[in-house]
Amino acid sequence: MSPLQKTAASILCAIFLLMVLATILVPAPYARQFRDAPNARPSTAHPLGTDALGRDSLSRLLYGTRVSLLLAPAAALLSTVIAALLGSAAGFLGGRFERIVLAVTDLSLALPWLFLLLTVRAMLPLDVPPMVSVIISFLMMGLLGWQASVRVICAAARGIKDSDFLLLARSSGCKPARLLLCHVTPNLRSLFYAQFWISIPLFILTEANLSILGLGVMEPMASWGNLLRGFEDFSALGANPWRLVPLILLVIVVMCFQLVLPSQEVTQ
Amino acid sequence: MRRLYVALVLALVLCWPCFVSAESASQSGGELHFCLHGEPKTFNPLLVEDGQSEIVRYLTGGVLIRLNRQTQALEPALATSWKATPDGRTIKFHLRTGLHFSDGTPFTSEDVAYTVKALMDPQLHSPTGDSFRSGDGQVSVQTPTADTITVTFPAPVAGLERLFDQVAILSAHSPKKEMAVLGPFYVADYSPGSYVLLRRNPNYWKKDKEGKPLPYLDSIRLDIQSNHEIEILRFRRGEIHIINSLDADLFDRLQKESPAAAHDSGPSLDSEFVWFNQVPTAAFPDYKKAWFRSTEFRKAISLAINRDDLARIVYAGHAQPAYGPISPANHFWFNSALPVPKYDSAAALRLLAQAGFRFDGNILRDSSGNRVEFTLITSTGNKPREQMVTMIQQDLSQIGIKVNMVTLDFPSLIERITRTFDYEACLLGFTNTDLDPNSQMNVWLSSAENHQWNPKQSKPATPWEAEIDHLMQSQSSSTSDKKRKADWDRVQQIVSEQQPFIYLVNGDAMSAISPAVIGSAPSVLDPHAFWNVDVLRLGPDPSLGAQK
Repeated sequence: MSPLQKTAASILCAIFLLMVLATILVPAPYARQFRDAPNARPSTAHPLGTDALGRDSLSRLLYGTRVSLLLAPAAALLSTVIAALLGSAAGFLGGRFERIVLAVTDLSLALPWLFLLLTVRAMLPLDVPPMVSVIISFLMMGLLGWQASVRVICAAARGIKDSDFLLLARSSGCKPARLLLCHVTPNLRSLFYAQFWISIPLFILTEANLSILGLGVMEPMASWGNLLRGFEDFSALGANPWRLVPLILLVIVVMCFQLVLPSQEVTQ
Repeated sequence: MRRLYVALVLALVLCWPCFVSAESASQSGGELHFCLHGEPKTFNPLLVEDGQSEIVRYLTGGVLIRLNRQTQALEPALATSWKATPDGRTIKFHLRTGLHFSDGTPFTSEDVAYTVKALMDPQLHSPTGDSFRSGDGQVSVQTPTADTITVTFPAPVAGLERLFDQVAILSAHSPKKEMAVLGPFYVADYSPGSYVLLRRNPNYWKKDKEGKPLPYLDSIRLDIQSNHEIEILRFRRGEIHIINSLDADLFDRLQKESPAAAHDSGPSLDSEFVWFNQVPTAAFPDYKKAWFRSTEFRKAISLAINRDDLARIVYAGHAQPAYGPISPANHFWFNSALPVPKYDSAAALRLLAQAGFRFDGNILRDSSGNRVEFTLITSTGNKPREQMVTMIQQDLSQIGIKVNMVTLDFPSLIERITRTFDYEACLLGFTNTDLDPNSQMNVWLSSAENHQWNPKQSKPATPWEAEIDHLMQSQSSSTSDKKRKADWDRVQQIVSEQQPFIYLVNGDAMSAISPAVIGSAPSVLDPHAFWNVDVLRLGPDPSLGAQK
């Protein structure tokens, strides 16, 4: 592990620790409104100030980190698993199966999923607890967010299919399932990791957009997504630069995730 | 010959400034720019039902009687005088003479007769005409002279004179049909999705105190722009001169940058409110239906909501706490004698105890031990409403009630509150453009579709709803303003006692007007910023916006 990777890993560990200890560390419950101090500047009582309703921004950031850092990677994992299964099988098997998978991928890329999400939200019972609603939202994101990764993985698997080591394995009598699981998939591992890591910020931002449509994390729960909604009032950021902290944290976390990636290359 | 030519050229050069100044004098008012938030659905003034078409109708339509948006009094327009009979069925107008439509067609009582007949034609389905339809039968119109007309409706019409503020007179003879107008401007060009260009009507009847013809402006360009952020950006750049309606957030941002451009005219007629679903067939447990039908429960919720905080925090002080269906901005119809309940969670708990609820520690339970918890829905993307629900969550948690918030896209929300009734409580707003509360008949009658807490009842479910029905019918068939006011005062009192709608706030009427616009006088009534469009003009630098 390089020093840079160690630093990134340490930062991630620190953020995860803060996330776990949020209950002890936060100055106030994340939903509590200090109505005498809406939009307050940072102070000893509120180290990151308060939001428009007077809620402590640091508390909301720490609780929001919990939601986003647990659920966005979960959704990213789900979508990467789906993409890995479909993409590597399509690339390896080729022929009609590949054409069908790619056609389904193209079709699902072209479909207006937003309307499906709106319909699902409208069909959900209204008394679903907020946490369940959040999990359903991230689950749907995971189930619907695999298409772009499938194309990338399929192209990489197609490249491996004709490689010398696979030819050798095939001539040694390896069956297709073993070829796929023991030879193709391990060589695509770094690609899976990359797809996984780049999906995380994507899902965090998707959740932010879905929150605007009433599909993401509902108030008063906090998430990075609904904290980023504060950026709608862009002109206020110059006067209140501490409101950029959620964005800075998001950038740091994503960068750290990218840096700790094992620097493996696809073995040819 | 050459000398003559030189002399002519010289004369032309010397006289050129005179031509130029004559031309610039006729162009002195300049071109006003502002945005429509969507496509106008129609240019036929009788078929207007959307806000964009309403703006075009206001700017182009000539009416017999105009409501002054500032004094809230009726003023003569195309009619110099009018008289309604005591039975409220007949109204006689004396018209101005010698007027012409924008295309030069003369204006006579025949045009008014043609307009009224078209307005009341059942085949046309005019939304404006609906307000006049208080009974079955034909409207009768008599035009004894070219400047006199008598209109008799089949049944008494409440607030008859005021309704004529919405009726733009059409020409009976113009080949241009509804595009020939009597208002200050006419539609000169329309590019779908892009703009509507209105030009000054050279035949407009009104003159200023010095006898100069109005309007001062040469033209108005209405750019079609649905995005409010882009609209305010364009205002800052000086590309548009007016934003007719602003929310509190945008208003505060603008006020910081350019205080002279931001105008808060005070509480508007619009209100935000919460109601509980009392539909007997609604899809939630019976014990919840019993809570929502309990007057004490609804009153307790009303007492436990801190309206002052909602107005101060969500609207940044640009709203007033609301307690009833008529805004204090409606000077005549507002019942100022009603008590103003203050936020009092202890009093709310006492009321709940009277109704059999128990507050054990942090949780409120009903007499059967069920935890008091409900879901409050509102429209997604509406930040003030989402913030109000979040604040109500905290207020009601003080008395042990758990409120779950769900935001839904508008079509889904409408589906739930009008068809499936699959919801428990809802927070929405009511945009009111009419001072006369008769326009709220479709809300207060128990048989009405917009009687949201329990719509389309075959007979009133409660004695107080029956009393409201009686009062509403009584006021709608009366022509005495005193009697109607008494009926409405009682309706407001019943609503205050029963709280079928828990009113939260009346938002202020806020608008942005560039300092380059001269003569503006923002009003709480719509159109706030340009109700006096005929006397508006642009200053020395008409291209200026808020902060150039």
